[in-house]
Amino acid sequence: MKIVVCVKQVPDTNEVKIDPVTGTLIRDGVPSIINPDDKNALEEALRLKDEMGAHVTVITMGPPQAERALREALAMGADEAVLLTDRAFAGADTLATSLALSKAIEKIGYDVIFAGRQAIDGDTAQVGPEIAEHIGLPQVTYVEEVEVEGKELKIKRALEDGYEKIRVSMPCVLMCIKELNNPRYMNMSDIFTAYNKEIKVMTADDLDVDKSLLGLKGSPTKVKKSFTKGPKGQGEKIDMPPVEAASFVAAKLKEKHLI
Amino acid sequence: MNKEYRGVWVFAEQRDGHLQKVSLELIGKGREIADKLGEKLTAVLLGYEVQNLTNSLISHGADEVILVDNVLLKNYTTDAYAKVLCDLINERKPEIMFIGASYIGRDLGPRVAGRLKTGLTADCTSLDIDQETGNLLMTRPAFGGNLMATIECPDHRPQMSTVRPGVFNVPCADEKRTGKVEVVATDLKEEEIRTKVEKIVKSLKDKIDITEAEVIVSGGRGVGNKEGFALIKELAEILGGVVGASRAAVDSGWVEKDYQVGQTGKTVRPKLYIACGISGAIQHLAGMQESDYIIAINKDDSAPIMSVADLAVVGDLYKVIPEMIKEIKAQKFSCEI
Repeated sequence: MKIVVCVKQVPDTNEVKIDPVTGTLIRDGVPSIINPDDKNALEEALRLKDEMGAHVTVITMGPPQAERALREALAMGADEAVLLTDRAFAGADTLATSLALSKAIEKIGYDVIFAGRQAIDGDTAQVGPEIAEHIGLPQVTYVEEVEVEGKELKIKRALEDGYEKIRVSMPCVLMCIKELNNPRYMNMSDIFTAYNKEIKVMTADDLDVDKSLLGLKGSPTKVKKSFTKGPKGQGEKIDMPPVEAASFVAAKLKEKHLI
Repeated sequence: MNKEYRGVWVFAEQRDGHLQKVSLELIGKGREIADKLGEKLTAVLLGYEVQNLTNSLISHGADEVILVDNVLLKNYTTDAYAKVLCDLINERKPEIMFIGASYIGRDLGPRVAGRLKTGLTADCTSLDIDQETGNLLMTRPAFGGNLMATIECPDHRPQMSTVRPGVFNVPCADEKRTGKVEVVATDLKEEEIRTKVEKIVKSLKDKIDITEAEVIVSGGRGVGNKEGFALIKELAEILGGVVGASRAAVDSGWVEKDYQVGQTGKTVRPKLYIACGISGAIQHLAGMQESDYIIAINKDDSAPIMSVADLAVVGDLYKVIPEMIKEIKAQKFSCEI
């Protein structure tokens, strides 16, 4: 079985702070990590490899330094790594990103494609399903359990208020959530081999794609402006009888769409 | 821009014959956007034997409902719903398409946008029309909520966005409103649906993870005893949130350790954090001060939590909270926007 796992290198947004004075994002010193949901995707691929044998290729699209994320994936046990990197990809929204990734994945070959549900920097959860659409494969999102039965997969898909059991034939694309498993750590011997392994680099020229559909040019959505919420204003204090205090609080919650 | 594309559409998500609340929230927002553009608001309802849901869509603000009622649409599947929705969009060309960012909407939205080769903006928290260009302005958080971005989709149609449940209010229903219901057939075939739903199970998550909650109501020493947490829980539940606790409350054995917020507990960042009877020791503040909106209820006007709070309520939690519960219930069931 041939498995491709899509990963993204992201800044650890838990470590991102807002400058309380200027209200801007402090990015300095924020560590880069493999996106958490993508680690669950990788772990599931590695579990299938351990149990039934599989060749696991990790792919990422990003700047050259995203290689680090791939090395970590190799050290966890992936067999092969592909770095899709080119200035032509810069500024891509989800549609252009998913197009580039899908073209690269078609070159690599697959029986199953795994991705994380969403990346913690963008939080869109769109790239996975859009990859499935570009390639024309069935998809299952919010995957929390995978069982292989011959050419078919039995999947437990999470819902807000429960779950559903879905059956799908390979090839297909699965978007994973953290309930699926606990990602393993890098292992000592693999760490050494990971740093000697070659990482395959692919650029826009390696893909069979119209270049006007890549990067910023190929992106239907444009960022018009971005802003931080700014430093928090001074809080307010109320000291009034309970009934009035309660109605003041409720009005605030309503105003803030919290009820 | 191409004026061939007109009107605002809302995907009216139903499950098991029940309209999802987010769909009505989108009808409310969609109405506002359609009025700004001077266009019609259309709800698109897919399902099986769901004709009875069309009234509610119209009374909440839709001008018309497109209903595709087919046994193959009984349960949501990506392939069936994406095909039917894309066929409708290609044929009728709406300018804007809104989808609720539910576990279903977030599966459907990107699939449809990918097929139509248009843009999709996820989890918008504000939607408006640019007065000059008439483009949809879609504002959403990124970087874990640290950054807000306003996105537009200037050259592709439809302009699509998903919106999380609870971001907008459900508008008032007006039973006197009338609208057109158009039943549309589909040529969808069973073999086009590549995922088979074998069963759907409703179950509540057995373990609550407070780090994922959008609303947390925490109690501290001021709650006074274990029984007092019933009141905290009641407030949390009516807000759709979960209970948290300070170390003092956990150490007193009133609440399990899993719910502890703070340096030795969990770091949380909900949209709403209500601290009840918590003084605000530095170790507690470290675990919650990044919350979007903080309300503190405390008798002691000089407690440290009161200066961290966006709204500090000076008072006895046992007097204030029951009134809050009453008031919130009343507000919740009113539909004034």
